[in-house]
Amino acid sequence: MAPASVAPFPTRRPRAVLPRAARDPAWARWALTAVALAFLAFFLVLPLVVVFAEAFSKGLGFFLATVREPDALAAIRLTLLTVAIVVPANVVFGVAAAWAIAKFRFRGKSLLTTLIDLPFAVSPVISGLVYVLVFGAQGWFGPWLIAHNIRIIFAVPGIVLATTFVTFPFVARELIPLMQAQGTDEEYSAVTLGASGWQIFWRVTLPNIRWGLFYGVILCNARAMGEFGAVSVVSGHIRGETNTMPLHVEILYNEYNIAGAFAVASLLALLALATLVAKSVIEWRQTGTP
Amino acid sequence: MSIEAHGIRKKFGAYTALDGVDLNVPQGKLVALLGPSGSGKTTLLRIIAGLEFPDPGSGRVLFHGDDVTDLPAGKRRVGFVFQHYALFRHMSVFDNVAFGLRVRRRRDRPSSAAIAERAHRLLELVQLDGLAGRYPSQLSGGERQRVALARALAVEPKVLLLDEPFGALDARVRKDLRRWLRRFHDEIQLTTIFVTHDQEEALEIADEVVIMNKAHVEQVGTPQQVYDKPASPFVYQFLGNVNVLRAPALAGARRRGAAPDEPSPDGQIYVRPHDIELTPHDAGGDGPSAIVRHIHAAGPHARLLLEQVQSREQVEVEISRSELAELNLKTNDLVRMRLRQTHSFDEDYAI
Repeated sequence: MAPASVAPFPTRRPRAVLPRAARDPAWARWALTAVALAFLAFFLVLPLVVVFAEAFSKGLGFFLATVREPDALAAIRLTLLTVAIVVPANVVFGVAAAWAIAKFRFRGKSLLTTLIDLPFAVSPVISGLVYVLVFGAQGWFGPWLIAHNIRIIFAVPGIVLATTFVTFPFVARELIPLMQAQGTDEEYSAVTLGASGWQIFWRVTLPNIRWGLFYGVILCNARAMGEFGAVSVVSGHIRGETNTMPLHVEILYNEYNIAGAFAVASLLALLALATLVAKSVIEWRQTGTP
Repeated sequence: MSIEAHGIRKKFGAYTALDGVDLNVPQGKLVALLGPSGSGKTTLLRIIAGLEFPDPGSGRVLFHGDDVTDLPAGKRRVGFVFQHYALFRHMSVFDNVAFGLRVRRRRDRPSSAAIAERAHRLLELVQLDGLAGRYPSQLSGGERQRVALARALAVEPKVLLLDEPFGALDARVRKDLRRWLRRFHDEIQLTTIFVTHDQEEALEIADEVVIMNKAHVEQVGTPQQVYDKPASPFVYQFLGNVNVLRAPALAGARRRGAAPDEPSPDGQIYVRPHDIELTPHDAGGDGPSAIVRHIHAAGPHARLLLEQVQSREQVEVEISRSELAELNLKTNDLVRMRLRQTHSFDEDYAI
C-alpha cells in the first residue's frame, strides 16, 4: 500500500539523530516551537474554546432549548438531508472520474482533471449565483420551471445542487493520485484470471482505494455540512424550511442571540472534531495494516 | 497447446511496436522472447494474452489451431505473470491464488472446499504452503513471483505467459529461480513463453529462443543454434561479447584451412573473445601481432585487452587462467592472435 500518496500530512517517522553540527542551537529550536504553538493557540484553539464557552454561557438548559427549538431541528434535518444526497452523489462521481482519469488514456483527460478543480477555484458565492442565474425566476430555465411548477432556487433542490458543486472535487482529488500510483496491473491480472468488469471493480479496485475513498467522504461530508456561501445565495433563508445549520447560526447571530448562535455552531464544531478524529484513525489504520 | 501468431502488427500512435511478426511455439515448449527494451517483445506477449489487440486486419493469433484473435483475455485460458507480479495487495496469498476460481460463474465455480484444496495444492507446488495467510507486502520478491505463478495456474491455463519473470529480483535469487522454473516447466509440461532482455537467462533455460529487435523477429532457434550461428550482426552482438574488427587487418588470421578471406561488404569481421587464441610472438606464425594493454585475471577466465599493432584496434580476448600462466604474459608484451571462428554477414553467415 502507498499511504504516503493519500495523506496530505506527512506520517510520523522515527526521529533521525542528527550530528551535532547539523543541529540548530537550543534557543532557535525553542523559539520556533514557541512561535508555532502561539500561532496555533491563537488561531485554532482559542476560537474553538470560545465556541464552546459561548455555547454554554447561559447554561446547559439554554443550550438544549436552543438546539431543540423547531427551527433549529429543521435546520439540522435539512443539513442531514443535503449531506445524505450530496455525499453519495459525489462518491459515485468521484470514483467514476478518478477511475477514468487514472486507468485510461483518452482525449480531453487533462481538461477533465482541470474541470474537477473548478469548484475549488471559484468562490462559493459565485457558484451559488450561477445556479440562481440558471434556475432562478429570471434565469435561463426560470420561466420553464415556473410553468411546470418546479422550484429549485430558494428550495431544497437548489441547496443540494449548490452543495454538490462546491464539494465536488473532494472524493476525486483524493482518489486520482492514489489510483495513479497503484497503476493498472492488478486489474489486468484480474482480467487474465477471467474476472468481469464488475468483479474487478468490487473485488480489486474498490478494496485498494477504500481508505482513500473513506477519507474523501469524510472531507466531503464536513464541507457539505459547513458550506455557507453558495447555500446562502440559493437558499432564500426561509426559517424552518430552507435554512441549513450554518445559515441558522447566522440568523441567530443577527438577532443578537449570541449564545444560541454559538450553541448551534458548537454542533458544527463537534462535527469538525469528529472528522479530525476519523481522519487520524484512518491514517493510523493505513500505516498499521498491510 | 501450441501457440501461433501470424503477421502481427501493432502501432501506438506513430510508434511501431510490432511490424509483421510471426511466431510458432510448439506444444509443451519453453520459449524465450529475447530482445532489448523497445523491441516489441512484451507487446507481442500481451497480444498473445489478449491484453492488447493487433492492429485491425493485420494478423491472427491461434491457440492449438483455433483463432483466438478476437477473444478477450478472460476467455483465452492463459496464465499471465506480470513483471512486478501484480498481486492483489489487499488479499492474502491464499485469496490471491483462489481469486481466479472464485470469480467464475456460479455453475462453473467449484465448491469452496474444492477451491481451498486446489489453492493449497498449488501453493505446495510452488513451495509456499506455509505462507497462505500472509499478505503480498510481507513476502520477498522470489516468493511473490511464485505466488503470482500459482495464481496464474489456478485457472488451469492452457498456456503460461511470463513477462520478465525475474526482472525485479536480485542476481542470486534470479539464478535460483530460473533453474527452478526450468524444472517446474519440465514437471507441468505447459506451453510457456517468457519475455526477457537477459540473454544468459534465455540461453540457459529456454528450449527455443526468439530474438527480437526493432519490432521484428531477428532469429528463431535453439540456444545453441542462435549462439553458434547468429543470423545477423545484431544477434551476434546481443548474445554475448564480441569484437568487431576491420577485415583487411586480419588477413591470414583465420583458421588454417578455412576458405580465403572474403571480407563482407561492410568489411567487418565478428569474433567472440573466447574464439581468439594467443601464441607467443617470437614463436612465429602468420597471425596479426598485438600488444597486451590490460590483464584482468579475477574470475574463472582471464580477460585481456589487446591492441592490434597494425590497425590499432582494441581486441578483447578471453583465455583460461592456465593458458595465461603458460604464456606468462605481462602488460605491454607482444603476442600473435589466431581467430578460431569468425563471422561476417555478407551472406547469411560465414566461417
